[in-house]
Amino acid sequence: MTARQKLLPGILGFMFAATLVAVNWLDAAHPALPLLKVLNLLSLWGTAWYMNVALANAGHPAARFVVPAVFGLTLLLLWERAVGLFGISPVILPAPSVIWVQIVTSLPTLWADFVQTFVKGALSGYAIGCGAAVAVAVLIDRSPFLQRGLLPVGNFVAALPIVGIAPIMVMWFGFDWHSKAAVVVIMVFFPVLVNMVAGLKATDHMQRDLMATYGASYWQTLLKLRLPAAMPFLFNGLKIATTLALIGAIVAEFFGSPIVGMGFRITAEIGRLGLPMIWAEITVAALAGSAFYGVVALIEKRVTFWHPSQRH
Amino acid sequence: MRNLLPILTVLLVITGLWYLAAMRMNATWVYDQAARAGQVVTLADVLPQTLNQERPVLPAPHQVAKGLWEGVAGQKVTSKRSLVYHGWITLSATLLGFAFGSAAGILLAVGIVYNRAMDMSVMPWAIASQTIPILAIAPMIIVVLNSMGVTGLVPKAIISAYLSFFPVVVGMVKGLRSPDAMQLDLLRTYSASGLATFGKLRLPSSMPYLFASLKVGVAASLVGTIVGELPTGAVAGLGSRLLSGSYYGQTVQIWAALFAAALLAASLVGIIGMIERMTLKRMGLLR
Repeated sequence: MTARQKLLPGILGFMFAATLVAVNWLDAAHPALPLLKVLNLLSLWGTAWYMNVALANAGHPAARFVVPAVFGLTLLLLWERAVGLFGISPVILPAPSVIWVQIVTSLPTLWADFVQTFVKGALSGYAIGCGAAVAVAVLIDRSPFLQRGLLPVGNFVAALPIVGIAPIMVMWFGFDWHSKAAVVVIMVFFPVLVNMVAGLKATDHMQRDLMATYGASYWQTLLKLRLPAAMPFLFNGLKIATTLALIGAIVAEFFGSPIVGMGFRITAEIGRLGLPMIWAEITVAALAGSAFYGVVALIEKRVTFWHPSQRH
Repeated sequence: MRNLLPILTVLLVITGLWYLAAMRMNATWVYDQAARAGQVVTLADVLPQTLNQERPVLPAPHQVAKGLWEGVAGQKVTSKRSLVYHGWITLSATLLGFAFGSAAGILLAVGIVYNRAMDMSVMPWAIASQTIPILAIAPMIIVVLNSMGVTGLVPKAIISAYLSFFPVVVGMVKGLRSPDAMQLDLLRTYSASGLATFGKLRLPSSMPYLFASLKVGVAASLVGTIVGELPTGAVAGLGSRLLSGSYYGQTVQIWAALFAAALLAASLVGIIGMIERMTLKRMGLLR
């Protein structure tokens, strides 16, 4: 470590402390105040970043978790400080502490919205859509003609803005969660279908020949060889579908919903400029999305333990 | 084109099923009308009426095609009822956002590949952000920016930039890391500078990954713009056509806007696919 590198954190830390004192002591109308506030934030950022660089280069095994955590905390801290220093109105950007208070005080509402949107809308739609996609994939697997026709169409549909179908589903199935589940079914169907069809093709000739020499029937080959071999592909599709399911359920509520649900709450609070509540809903949505993905990834780990990508 | 026949068959079957569904779903209304007028209708009377309703539950394909054609060619391009007008508003916000989002994504990916601290700090968040329904914050961004006096194209473009940003970061990092140790060692034996390694090895070998993530990104951008058009109260854009159609029960308008959005998405992905094929062909990666 050179002398300059040793000096840097000292300078940054001193700058942070000095500007912090100056901001608190100076008159509110002092002309240098805005500059000092910016310097205060920059030196905070610089100190934290320097710490992260040091942590990352130290090469400790725990750094894999510590460094991103420190980065995330720094962002939250900067956000909090910036809102406080510049007096940003909570109508534009509420501070993290305000959002946290909002989450803690409105837990029952958040829970009701979560159940309506995630458990009823997203999860049921996800189960139906993925189940249907796997069934269709197994059915069309026997016909190369259908595969050649359905796969390009499926790939095409998977790239389309399918959320646009939400207003139609709301008209057909009403305002409650059934219409949200219907949107989710359509959104998750094609990515899972395309992946599952690719997965069913993943066995090679040698393996299928071996099953043939055992005198295995179509169903035995399917159950004992081809379905297990398709699992890595299937889970790839299932993981993509987790995010799509939550997006579909929330966006469908923008087009009409009962007076409960995450999408409803977001649109309703926008009208009242209740930004902390919106951020609270977004936090819940982010946690639910990550947890959903995490659970599917965990199941994948248990099911496809034999696959090279799972060995460590 | 040996796939042409199967694809056409599948499309034909879908259209057929669609007609059947339209007859079935719209028949209720015809029967109700007949019952109210005290008439008895036979199936032969009902079927033609199910396909030409003003506000059908499910418009038949030819009605959607007619709505789409009238929206595209039947109006002046500047008319508020023209799909070209609304499509252009959506497209311009999408392209602006996509350009900024993917450029920022590529820059961040370069930073991540060359800076260890950045890699360890940002990359886990970039990956985690893919599991988060980011689209949910779209209405909030629009309204907050509106209250700050920023309206029109820019708020939608910000959402679409945000949505295309993360797929590009993740794909580009993967691409820039795709050269294996042998290739990197070879360049080291040539004593190539960092810039030369980047320009001659890392950047070229990242191209297939870049284009794959650009295709995902542009589709996400378009969805972001459409959703961004919802909370502004249906002013302009394909998203507002969807919303106003659902307010007033104009099903044909919804379906026409939906197909216009689908055509837009397909052509955007198609254009990127074309650039991809041309680039990869010139690089000799595509046979």
